[in-house]
Amino acid sequence: MGRVVVDVMPKPEILDPQGSAVAGALARLGFTEFASARQGKRFELVVEGAVTDDLLARAREAAETLLSNPVIEDVVQVRAAD
Amino acid sequence: MVTFPGSLDDADAARAVRIAGGEAVRLWHADADLHEVDAVILPGGFSYGDYLRCGAIARFSPVLTELIPAARDGLPVLGICNGFQILCEAHLLPGALTRNAGLRFIDRAVRVRIEDTKTPWTGDYAPDQEITLVLKSGEGAYVADPPALSRLTSAGQVVARYVGGNPNGSVGDIAGVRNEAGNVVGLMPHPEHAIDALTGPGTGGLGFFSSVLRAMVDG
Repeated sequence: MGRVVVDVMPKPEILDPQGSAVAGALARLGFTEFASARQGKRFELVVEGAVTDDLLARAREAAETLLSNPVIEDVVQVRAAD
Repeated sequence: MVTFPGSLDDADAARAVRIAGGEAVRLWHADADLHEVDAVILPGGFSYGDYLRCGAIARFSPVLTELIPAARDGLPVLGICNGFQILCEAHLLPGALTRNAGLRFIDRAVRVRIEDTKTPWTGDYAPDQEITLVLKSGEGAYVADPPALSRLTSAGQVVARYVGGNPNGSVGDIAGVRNEAGNVVGLMPHPEHAIDALTGPGTGGLGFFSSVLRAMVDG
């Protein structure tokens, strides 16, 4: 069984109120080291068998078609999980 | 009007159509058939629980495989709230809807100005007429990148703007947009919740439904 991990983040220019809320909460909890935060999504796609380059290409296609909205999000990483 | 799993305001949209004098036809998301309707409304609600992104899963429904070419061919389509989100995800409208700037779900009457009265959905309004509709959303902040926003504005594709304050951080106070051809309109606040004095803040939303009926009869 193989796994492909896909990471999706909001585009840098998009306002991320969730990230701001997280940053505010971190500061209130005493984690004052972190200037800001942005929140994205991680998907794990499970396959039978090994993760091949073809499979990674299909995962990227799935990421750009469904898992992300290219208007507001970037697919920052598609990789085989260890 | 289409019912998706999780749609909320399909029945209210049907009621608005009937009050305006039209025949409301209920379409089912899994049925790849528009049943020869003259116009389609994608209603408000939480299709697929807003999972992944609002409207992201509904956008691939069987009914959309019929609706997308019909819309490109000129069929009048109105997406209200979640319906607007679905139309953006389906790329029938530009831009996207994101989380409200203050993170709060907003449920209140809002004042909007109708800036394009040439669409089949807005023909019964006067240019720049201000009406009261109901905003009821957590992800209603419209975004578009600067080139897209510039195109929208110069082409007159902004159909409605919030007046008297921006409730959710939508760029340019945009409450609704249309496609280039003008037959597809997305609107964040709910016109179907402002169609009689008993159940809403006035009847300002009735024009969306009377306009399309008149457009279909006259056209």
